[in-house]
Amino acid sequence: MKKNKRKLENIFERMFIVCCIVAISLPIVLLFTLIAKLILQGMPRIDLNFLLSYPSRKAELAGVLPSVVGTLYLMFLTALLAFPLGIGAALYLEEYAKKNRISKLIELNIGNLAGIPSVIYGLLGLGLFVRTLGMGRSLIAGACTLTLLVLPIIITTSREALRTVPNTMREASLALGATRLSTILHVVLPQALPGLMTCFILALSRAIGETAPLVAVGALSYVTFLPDGIDAPFGALPIQIFNWVSRPQPEFLVNASAAIITLLTMILILNSVAIIIRDRTKYRY
Amino acid sequence: MHFLSVKKTSSKKLEKLIESVLLLCALSSIFVTTSILYLLVTETANFFTKVSLIEFITSTQWTPLFSNPKFGILPLLLGTLLTSTIALSVAIPFGLLSAIYLSEFASKWVKRIVKPTLELLSGIPTIVYGYFALVFVTPLLQSLFPSLSGFNALSAGIVMGVMIIPMVSSLSEDALNSVPESLREAAYGLGSSKLSTILHVVLPTASRGILAAIILSASRAIGETMIVAIAAGQQPRFTFDPRVPVETMTTYIVQISMGDVPAGTLEYQTIFAVGMALFVMTFTMNVLSQRLSNRLHGSKT
Repeated sequence: MKKNKRKLENIFERMFIVCCIVAISLPIVLLFTLIAKLILQGMPRIDLNFLLSYPSRKAELAGVLPSVVGTLYLMFLTALLAFPLGIGAALYLEEYAKKNRISKLIELNIGNLAGIPSVIYGLLGLGLFVRTLGMGRSLIAGACTLTLLVLPIIITTSREALRTVPNTMREASLALGATRLSTILHVVLPQALPGLMTCFILALSRAIGETAPLVAVGALSYVTFLPDGIDAPFGALPIQIFNWVSRPQPEFLVNASAAIITLLTMILILNSVAIIIRDRTKYRY
Repeated sequence: MHFLSVKKTSSKKLEKLIESVLLLCALSSIFVTTSILYLLVTETANFFTKVSLIEFITSTQWTPLFSNPKFGILPLLLGTLLTSTIALSVAIPFGLLSAIYLSEFASKWVKRIVKPTLELLSGIPTIVYGYFALVFVTPLLQSLFPSLSGFNALSAGIVMGVMIIPMVSSLSEDALNSVPESLREAAYGLGSSKLSTILHVVLPTASRGILAAIILSASRAIGETMIVAIAAGQQPRFTFDPRVPVETMTTYIVQISMGDVPAGTLEYQTIFAVGMALFVMTFTMNVLSQRLSNRLHGSKT
């Protein structure tokens, strides 16, 4: 009797494991299938003309140049703003902050900010940067909005990167008479820098695909020029994709798939850079 | 060792200065939250001077741009809830089973391959998922259900669910991992099989953390914009039917802010009123989820 019960339990367990494996594989298989279909549909459309042309009413003539350039500008500006702000906040929270109410409030706050939908950041950008601060629907407004969007991620992951530096190093430096600032500049940062860069690049690769905040801030979807300054109107690759996907003609859907491949390639490049940095610079203690 | 040669007095001033600068950076996060709250509250207050709260909450029509405008948020709310429910009904079973496998059965190298691959799912921009939903999933579903319209909640919901699976999986796995091994061993010692231990000992113990994971993922689904904007449609409709076009709160915000809305107009304020409703929902769920997982892990320092 007991042997039969155990056999039954074994069968149930095997069936359960099969269900679990199906549960894990199905989304992965689905994703790869969809990406394969995407590449099949979009790859033929990608050529030098596509990458270097401006959008057009005719799908065959349309290209992604201003969108790609707009996205690159956006990323550059966002990096410029977000890196110091994020690392500065992380440094304060890890190196200086005492365990008092203010730092707990800040931590709680950052956790909450990470969970706010991206479209609300778009509303913030619209109300604060575009309207109140008068930046208009410009590149800088978009960059500021994206900066605030990625700030919680940068702060959280940077703190973890800073934590990988052993406390013994800090204590040794302080014991030798260095000031806090010196310790940070000469001991902590050099060791944590690869980790900080990796986290930062990964945060950027998330920001590059964000569409909703840019729509709210007023990124254009039909751009016939390249942005000539940070106060210029701009387009971005996700916005262009959104615009093309919303058109009923199937040729524009092919354009959209080609643009998506471009976007995914950019993200892939960014992630690869991050991984290379992380693997090349393993600090030995 | 050149820091030994730095003068003490000037370095103290520099120290204080740098510390204040860094403090400002940290306080910027509080500035962001206050700005969001201030913006949402003021514009929503402006909105409610022109539209009654009762109509907002109870009316079943959302037609703010018509000549006889109606301002009931229920169609948008229902659109959001419909797509999110479909998403969760996909994400919870798949995510939970993945989490159980990864925490209870999987070997180290399986984990090393599977976990980054699942992370890949969440690294794809949502607009790409929206494209998938519109171009691949909807036609597929239409061959199964011919009455399905080109824009529908089902397609968007399913794709959104797939996008959320990694979140449910990794958060639930954390909850399962935090169940002490001693509980499992006690169950084995009493003769329980592995499956029985999982179902009757581990899962109930981790249930709080798993609930927190589900609530957080639900909040993510509610706040999702691009998948529903592309695939679910832009027609606000008070319906529970997943086969017809609907509009979610997030889609409405994107739809209106794409056009040129001058500040101070009622249309401008509607997007903030809807945004406020969205913020209240997601914020409440995030706080709830945090509370649940805090009790699981004890107080976090």
